[in-house]
Amino acid sequence: MDWEAIIRNAVIAGLSREAVVFAIAAVGLNVHFGYTGLLNFGQVGFMAISAYGVGISITQYNAPPWLAFIIGLLAAVLLALLLGVPTLRLRADYLAIVTIAASEIIRLVFRSVALRNWSGGSNGINGFADGFYVWNPFEPTEQYGFGWFKVFGNQAYIILVGWTLAILVTVLVWLLMRSPWGRVLKSIREDEDAARALGKNAYWYKMQSLILGGVIGGLAGIVLSVGQSTVQPDSYSPPVTFFIWTALILGGVGRVWSPIVGAIIFWTLLSLSDNILDGLVDTGIIPAAVTAGTRGGSVRFMIVGLGLALLMIFRPQGIFGDRNEMMLEDR
Amino acid sequence: MTTTSPLAGIEASPGIAKPDPILVVDDMVKRFGGLKAVDVGHLEIQRGAITALIGPNGAGKTTFFNLLTGFDRPDSGSVVFDGRPLGTRLSPNRLAREGMVRTFQLTKSLTRLSVLENMKLGPSGQRGEGFLSAMVRPLWIDQERAIERRAEGVLARFRLDQMRDEFAGTLSGGQRKLLEMARALMTDPRLVMLDEPTAGVNPALTQSLLEHVIALRDEGMTVIFVEHDMDVVQTISDWVVVMAEGEIIAEAPPAEIGTNPRVIDAYLGARHDTPLSLEEEEEVLELVEQEVERLAEEQPDATPDQDEEEAL
Amino acid sequence: MATIFAGMWRAVAAAVAVVLLVGLFAGVAGAQEEPPETGVQGRLQQRTEDGNAPIVGVRIVVTTADGAAVGEAVSDTEGVWLVAVPGPGEYVVTIDQATLPEGVGLPEGDDGVRTLTINPRQVRGVLFPLGEGAGASERGSQVRLALQLFVEGVKLGLLIAMMAIGLSLIFGTTGLVNFAHGEMVTFGAVVAFWFNVSLGWHFIPAALIAIAIAAAVGGLLDLGVFRPLRRRGVGLIAQLVITIGLSLLARYVILYVFRGDPRSYAQYAIQNGIPIGPILLPAKDLWSIGISVLMLLAVGLTLQKTKVGKAMRAVSDNRDLAESSGIDVQRVILVVWAVGSGLAGLGGVLWGLGESVSWLMGFRLLLLIFAGVILGGLGTAYGALVGSIVVGVFIQMSTLVIPTELKNVGALAMLVIILVVRPQGILGRAERIG
Repeated sequence: MDWEAIIRNAVIAGLSREAVVFAIAAVGLNVHFGYTGLLNFGQVGFMAISAYGVGISITQYNAPPWLAFIIGLLAAVLLALLLGVPTLRLRADYLAIVTIAASEIIRLVFRSVALRNWSGGSNGINGFADGFYVWNPFEPTEQYGFGWFKVFGNQAYIILVGWTLAILVTVLVWLLMRSPWGRVLKSIREDEDAARALGKNAYWYKMQSLILGGVIGGLAGIVLSVGQSTVQPDSYSPPVTFFIWTALILGGVGRVWSPIVGAIIFWTLLSLSDNILDGLVDTGIIPAAVTAGTRGGSVRFMIVGLGLALLMIFRPQGIFGDRNEMMLEDR
Repeated sequence: MTTTSPLAGIEASPGIAKPDPILVVDDMVKRFGGLKAVDVGHLEIQRGAITALIGPNGAGKTTFFNLLTGFDRPDSGSVVFDGRPLGTRLSPNRLAREGMVRTFQLTKSLTRLSVLENMKLGPSGQRGEGFLSAMVRPLWIDQERAIERRAEGVLARFRLDQMRDEFAGTLSGGQRKLLEMARALMTDPRLVMLDEPTAGVNPALTQSLLEHVIALRDEGMTVIFVEHDMDVVQTISDWVVVMAEGEIIAEAPPAEIGTNPRVIDAYLGARHDTPLSLEEEEEVLELVEQEVERLAEEQPDATPDQDEEEAL
Repeated sequence: MATIFAGMWRAVAAAVAVVLLVGLFAGVAGAQEEPPETGVQGRLQQRTEDGNAPIVGVRIVVTTADGAAVGEAVSDTEGVWLVAVPGPGEYVVTIDQATLPEGVGLPEGDDGVRTLTINPRQVRGVLFPLGEGAGASERGSQVRLALQLFVEGVKLGLLIAMMAIGLSLIFGTTGLVNFAHGEMVTFGAVVAFWFNVSLGWHFIPAALIAIAIAAAVGGLLDLGVFRPLRRRGVGLIAQLVITIGLSLLARYVILYVFRGDPRSYAQYAIQNGIPIGPILLPAKDLWSIGISVLMLLAVGLTLQKTKVGKAMRAVSDNRDLAESSGIDVQRVILVVWAVGSGLAGLGGVLWGLGESVSWLMGFRLLLLIFAGVILGGLGTAYGALVGSIVVGVFIQMSTLVIPTELKNVGALAMLVIILVVRPQGILGRAERIG
């Protein structure tokens, strides 16, 4: 077993494009659930709608990249309004169900044969990302990095931009949550009726939170699609939402740095498990059939599912959370 | 201690007019299923006085509170607050900002926020509470500091200042009641509605709570509070309103309320703090009756009184 | 503290054991994972201006030369279908023209039947040239189609209702929205598949034992996982996330061992539609409707008349009151989990019978179940029934106006719309607004 390669891959995975996308999406989810107590199980839907917003604006309507970017984010705002208006007055479970349903609707609609000419069907949208690479300071054919970590120019660009954005949104969220606005969100999380009794319009604040977290999720989707230079409908399926939840819970809900740290650790662990499994197969400890074909992918999801359940049972406060503080929740 | 109150000389009769009412309620009705939970024909609350709202379990007092403060919608009714008619479809937060604030029977401390943060939520019109302005700290930081100073002052008054940075969830039950009252004060209310403020609080703390309630009145606020403990009612209230079966059956100064025959009837002559009989509960809570009957079929030896208390 | 964690380890062990059981059954079921060595396959496509569009949901039936049933398949989202045959020889492949979408048909003179010889270790391709055709008129008028879809909608709705009742009961008695309920449906179907196809049992006993196993697993889940969690005071939202984790785990364990292709049971796979008035229903659909109705009646009667049923309703309405009246709430919850899971398993089996067994079937149905429950009114068992039937009918009849591939989308969209217009659903009590 080549442990050096395994660890090196794990470190790379932790800083990779995938990790940064999850980090940004997790920041959005943290706003929703960590600070406001909203049960959003459709974060991948926000990612999808912004990614498609950008892709369709460019390929169908020849929009310049900056405009497409804005349209993509506006699409996320629209989705938040659409989901929030009916459900934010109701109990939390409703939002959970509606967000899952909505994210699947979005995926199925964009994937559908009927809308193929517009959204690319199951092939998705391609050839829209070039405009974003215009500012790429790196040479696509050169490798950049330090030590182990070396990637080609385009990837380096996305990774740099991605992590910069991740840090920017984290700082933004941090500033907001330190303010009275953030305090109101937290009060709604603790007890909506108490917040109302103190004169706060809980519905409107929840909506603002949904919009903010949704736009951040949309940003993650745009980073993903530009990074891959394609918008693939099946990249935006329910397991992605659950990955984001796992990353967030791992880091600790309601803490500033937990989305980034949680995402990095999550991807590192996932890469480790993939590589260790492959290593075990290579050295014959486990029969090859275990990870053959699509089975490897299934194993990864199994691990996430099990990990999520175990996390909630044993360490729901994650890395940064405080167990005692969690126990104070009036449930 | 009440001095010559403006309520002196008012006739003790349900729905009687008051010299300077801050709140006037007319024809407020709320039905649950086929049952009338609240049916208040006319009620006036005197400004600047402490009014106690009493009545047997299930009389509809908390429901009435909910209706007045927007946590529930009446089927019909009109409310005039401080001379202004209020729609009955107003949301609780609007009403709170109008100056009508309430506390809850089961305290709603925001457990994972600190005591001080709980307090700082009270005031309305905080510039920092807007999404865009929140991002620009200089816009709201001065106001925030002023609010913090004020909050610390109120906390000191309630003797909670030591706990200012503790999570509200670590407070004892009695401390939470104090916090809830202190927090309500931060909203600058004109009318404070306390839902069983002394329930579950030890006698020493009760004394302290009552002093705070009196202080509220002395500072010009109007107070309505729901209470079961008749000693408390006698001690601090200026006026007593009695509800039973959703209706107001009596109003009187505290000294006369114990001898009011209708009130005695409402409590069926039993001591006011003993559990109520089976018949009353069935009249008031049709739903619970169905439950009891259904369960009584299976468990014929279950005692009805127990069911009553659990249901409430 | 140590004892709590000891209990937690037991809970985890139980959960993992349960999921591995899922995998074990599904695994042996999936033992014949590899693509079949001998069979027939094809891709149904329609020529359009832009190229070829896949034709989805068309049934292909394979029999031996004597007419004995071999297997059937339904063309998937790519238009691909595949039927394994037991060995080389002569087979008859028929395209079920009643399942062709509107406006698609075979050329004049093509009866949709192919007789061919399969050689050892050959998966032979079969071509059905489909284009703009007379497909629609085969089934007669729009009215006939609408009626057909309506009945199929009722069938679907009844299945959803059976699965929804379990979810509703679990929610009613514990407040937990069990996102793993969908996987219980898949589990039931897959276990039946194992007994039926791998072990060779006839479908009916296979189905019965699968339902029993599903019920047992559901009970185990409560006993081993959720009861300790409740005792420990774990919040409902945490439990909800746990069910999501478990559902993810179970779904991919099933994918792992059962593989991604939809498969059918050994018996009753092919049945001709029996003409009932203007519509065509295979016998198994009639059975499905009949069994669903019977089960729903049985559940309804149980809830109304029996002691257990009344206890369930009591715990649903008011847990504390029920407890203080001497009802063993934990035992009621256990029964609810077992019965709910059994019903889910039954739903899965019937669904697998009518359509096919696949790893995603439960998850897809879960969203429809949510739609049914919310439409009918969260927390009312009878609401779940009404809502589910409405959802089923809506889904099937919506294919009259929207493309088949989007019919589930329609149901989900309806869910969102209902929430705007009437959040308490059809039968629910109005939620406190504000």
